[in-house]
Amino acid sequence: MPTAMMDVRESEAALKQLVSDILAEAERQGASAAEVSVNEDAGFSVTVRKGELETVEFNQDRGFGITVYHGQRKGSASTSDSSAAAIKETVSAATNIARFTEEDPCSGLAEAQLMPVELPDLGLFHPWSLGTDEAEELARQCEVAGLAQDARIVNSDGAQVSTQQSCRVYGNSHGFVGGFNGTRHSMSCVLIGEDENGMQRDYWYTLAREPSKLESAQHVGSEAGRRTAARLSPRGIATGRYPILFTPQMAAGFIGHLIGAISGGALYRKASFLLDSLGERVMSEHVTLRERPLMHGWIGSAAFDGEGVATREKHFVNAGVVENYVLGSYSARKLGMATTGNAGGVFNLQVEGRTLTVDELLGEMGQGLLVTDLMGQGVNSVTGDYSRGASGFWVEDGAIAYPVDELTIAANLRDVYCDIVALGDDVDERGNIRTPSILVGGMTVASQ
Amino acid sequence: MSDLLADVQEQLWAPAGMDLVRAEGLMSQLLEGLVDLGELFFQRQKSQSWSLEDGIVKDGSFSVDQGVGVRAVSGERSGFAYAEDLGMAALTSATQAARSIARQGQQRQVQAWRSPDGQRRYMEADPIGSLADADKVALLARVDALARQQDPRVSEVNVRLSASHEYMLVMASDGTLAADIRPLVRLDVSVIVSQGGRRERGSAGGGGRSELALVADGDFAENLAKEAVRTALVNLEARDAPAGPMTVVLGPGWPGVLLHEAVGHGLEGDFNRKGSSAFAGRVGEQVASELCTVVDDGTLQGRRGSLSIDDEGIATQETVLIENGVLKGYMQDKHNARLMNVPSTGNGRRQSFAHLPMPRMTNTFMLPGPHDPQEIIESVNDGVYAVNFGGGQVDITSGRFVFSATEAYLIENGKVTAPIRGATLIGNGPEVMTRISMVGNDLQLDGGVGVCGKDGQSVPVGVGQPTLKVDEVTVGGTQSS
Repeated sequence: MPTAMMDVRESEAALKQLVSDILAEAERQGASAAEVSVNEDAGFSVTVRKGELETVEFNQDRGFGITVYHGQRKGSASTSDSSAAAIKETVSAATNIARFTEEDPCSGLAEAQLMPVELPDLGLFHPWSLGTDEAEELARQCEVAGLAQDARIVNSDGAQVSTQQSCRVYGNSHGFVGGFNGTRHSMSCVLIGEDENGMQRDYWYTLAREPSKLESAQHVGSEAGRRTAARLSPRGIATGRYPILFTPQMAAGFIGHLIGAISGGALYRKASFLLDSLGERVMSEHVTLRERPLMHGWIGSAAFDGEGVATREKHFVNAGVVENYVLGSYSARKLGMATTGNAGGVFNLQVEGRTLTVDELLGEMGQGLLVTDLMGQGVNSVTGDYSRGASGFWVEDGAIAYPVDELTIAANLRDVYCDIVALGDDVDERGNIRTPSILVGGMTVASQ
Repeated sequence: MSDLLADVQEQLWAPAGMDLVRAEGLMSQLLEGLVDLGELFFQRQKSQSWSLEDGIVKDGSFSVDQGVGVRAVSGERSGFAYAEDLGMAALTSATQAARSIARQGQQRQVQAWRSPDGQRRYMEADPIGSLADADKVALLARVDALARQQDPRVSEVNVRLSASHEYMLVMASDGTLAADIRPLVRLDVSVIVSQGGRRERGSAGGGGRSELALVADGDFAENLAKEAVRTALVNLEARDAPAGPMTVVLGPGWPGVLLHEAVGHGLEGDFNRKGSSAFAGRVGEQVASELCTVVDDGTLQGRRGSLSIDDEGIATQETVLIENGVLKGYMQDKHNARLMNVPSTGNGRRQSFAHLPMPRMTNTFMLPGPHDPQEIIESVNDGVYAVNFGGGQVDITSGRFVFSATEAYLIENGKVTAPIRGATLIGNGPEVMTRISMVGNDLQLDGGVGVCGKDGQSVPVGVGQPTLKVDEVTVGGTQSS
């Protein structure tokens, strides 16, 4: 019974050996360079719905991916099988691909001198000695707290407790092999409320690398219940242009679109609305986006990026001006620049700026839309045109007046980023983008 | 079917030393926990893709994923574990883990094995090997050249070709012993056009459960290249979209994503068993205008959303969801069907062996109606004509859904006029369906690019519809009048 979980740290030495074996096989098959990443994950999740155990799911995965280079040509392959025969076949599959791809002057490993010599302990591994029975009990407490929050909470989509461990090892033919372990634990609750105007759902969750940093089951449940009840009997508003306040959860996506637009892949493909923005002002001048990859215990922390390049603290946007693009070595070469250690994305992005309390933010907004939920994919990364489904609350005289629903918000993102009025003091620490609430001056709101 | 089963056993089981006796041994262990349903799902999937940008085929990748999902169902409880290793030690451990949920239920004897004699909905041959690798590279280069030939304003072209081949075998304590071999291919073209300081993207794609000849032969690739460039050029001329409630005419084919979001998800069995869908408990009621008949049909030959059998070994079927506006039934997998006391509709699907199956759509579309598409447009004085969409999302509890237009025009005095910038449309599924006032006679299915996500699991699907007129939907542009 895997209720007492395996410890993936015990696999790290074996995974490093596996990386070395795969690199040796690539060399044997004639690759001029190669890179390998191996992941092992293990964990389980337990869901309770309406007081009854609903699912217990165990996961345990090990897989590897290899990229081989034959001069400037490359090929990639991956598999979930790490037997000796599978290693040989997978390297062979990648090598075969590289026979048919074409010379690309920008392809290749990141430069050897960029790899870290020593790996700091970032404090990311904190296993939870939790059995499935205990997880079930926690989930039950969480859901009970939520159902008790309001008489109009009539149904549940369940409460879930999950614990995960992972070990990631990356190595390349420069001789670099690095690994790190991490844990992620979470608890969530999804509830359904109903009144004479229909049903609404909402949820809340907590997520942390350390079990002790999770919010309590009671808090998660009652927060889910409070949010769900608050959404009942939504109204529409008059179509028009209004100030918009994004909650931290919605602000993370809003900032994510900007990070996408200053990322190397979008820039060299000319598929960004922020082309040639290095050194240009793209946000309100009080706003700064700072990357902090080496923070102890944070969700997005990593000592090296997806190609072994040491990460470092930096600003992407400083006082509204783009100071760095988000680059890996390939996109950097395409743009004639140097990698920023961001192959695979950003690592802990902190959003800073003119900060007010949430009450002050509402006061400064006066009248407008507080957005608590966004729907759909209506963001054009080439033009910056933005149009998404929204729901939340109408704010009148600096206070929440009533829930609103079935709205769209639309604008061009280039304009909106320069129209950020202020930030809240309510940073969401659960995600890789750590942002507080964000108040923007105006977007078009459409409603029935 | 029995030949196919033998083929799959040879491919999936033999290399790992697995056979029917060993698999039956695992099933007996699973049923020791007094479970209502025990299931073993064996799968191996090979995938290959190639991509071109900057005029060169610069990347390709190949992957093999295999494993066994073990599920135990007891009342409303499901226990699930999987192994990527087909050795008996790993499978025994997964079996023990999955049955840990069982505390009640009927002691089950395995029923006599039986295989569905469903019809084959696609060929079995491996599409990855159906075209030489050098010819795949040549195909990408040809598409690149075709796209650039269309117009000098084309500045960037990306092309991607992918093919996969899946072997699956499912055995369950209800006697199911079934196998399938599933090919899937796809070609995608994306271009960026530039004029003055303005840039726009256009994309097109297509494919199905077939060999690569489907996308490599004839004018299939050329049509995709032309379509991608055409939509990008249209958007270069687009003006700001209106904001607010409007009459909207939706073109045929891919705009059927409307149905997928507005009614499809809300009619999946799990949401209705749990009472969390806006459509729960409404079978027999009028939930759409009388012009609307909506089906889910997994049996269409070679379609992206089609399956000969679902992932629980049940033959797929044509399921009527809404007939002349009246709700007829839900899409079911075995678990929800048993708890709701109805038969499975062959909609039990899973992303892979590492995921639990649940009710999912296959190809979901509306049947044609009486109206000429031209007549539909002419009936609108002031509205929007939307012919292409990015994607959509639904909240099945409130019924609100969105879908994002990527090619749309104004309708003024019965005529399609200026193109408008992409905008999200938002509405409430049950309300919007009752506002469908005209249905065209021009049913089309999409070209084979749909991916549906639910609870973190992705599966390929199809959508379709004839031209539709919806009397009022909120259009999320920037121009409020």
